[in-house]
Amino acid sequence: MADESTVPIRSDVDIVSARQKGRELAADCGFEMGDQTVIAAAISEIARNILMYAKRGEIRFRGLADGDRQGIVVVAEDQGPGIRDVSLALQDGFSTSGGLGLGLPGARRLMDEFDVASEPGRGTTITMKKWIRRGHA
Amino acid sequence: MEVPILKQGDYLIASIQSALTDADLSQLREALVERVGRFRSRGVIVDVTALDVMDSFAVRTLRDIAHMARLRGAETVIVGIQPEVAFAMVQLGLTLKGVATALDLEEGLIFLNRRGKERVDRG
Repeated sequence: MADESTVPIRSDVDIVSARQKGRELAADCGFEMGDQTVIAAAISEIARNILMYAKRGEIRFRGLADGDRQGIVVVAEDQGPGIRDVSLALQDGFSTSGGLGLGLPGARRLMDEFDVASEPGRGTTITMKKWIRRGHA
Repeated sequence: MEVPILKQGDYLIASIQSALTDADLSQLREALVERVGRFRSRGVIVDVTALDVMDSFAVRTLRDIAHMARLRGAETVIVGIQPEVAFAMVQLGLTLKGVATALDLEEGLIFLNRRGKERVDRG
C-alpha cells in the first residue's frame, strides 16, 4: 500500500490534523467507523504526548498488508527528553505532567500492537498497529 | 474555532460544530463559566454530537466545565456522545463520572427541566 502520510506536531492544531488524517487513512484501508474512531483517539493521545513532553515531533502513518491481513501502522517520533522508565509510563494514572496519565496506557489499550523505544535525552519513538477484524462486526 | 453559545431562557446551549483544538476547548470552558454568571443561568447543555472523537483532554475539559458550572450554581448535561466515541472513551479508560449525560438535546432539556423542578420543590 502506497498511501503514507506525515503530520508534523508543533501545536494543538496539529493534534487535530493528525487524528483527522489518521482517520481518513484508516477509512481508506477499510476500517469500519468504530475502529476509525479508536485509531483517531489513539493518535490524539500520542500526538498530545509529543506536544507535552517533546514540544515537537511528527506522526507518520501508512496502510499495512501482511498476508491476508490488512491494517494500519502509526509511528510517533520525537527528539524530546525521552522516557526514563517506559514500563512506569505505561501504567494507568502515571503522569509527570499533571495530566490524567491515560495517554500512553490508553493508546495501548486501543491498538493491537504497541511498542515504545525511548532513550533518555535522545527522544521517543512509539509504533502502534491495528489490524482489521474479520468475521465479526 | 469558537463554539457558539445560545441563551435559551434559564439555560445556555453550547453546540459544538466541528473538531476542536485544546485551545478551543479551554476557551469554551472560560466562556461558559463566565456566561453562567452573566445570564444567571441554571443549566448548561454541551452538545457534542459533531465530535467524532473525544480524547483525554476533551473529556477532562467537559468534566471541568460541569464542575465549575456547578460551583457557579448551574447544572450541566453533556448530550450527543456518538456510539463509536463512547466505545473509544471506555477503552481509553475515560469516564464522565459525576457529570450528567443525555442522549440528545431534547433529552438534555428534559433532564434540566426536571432538575429545575426538584430545586423548586425542595424550596
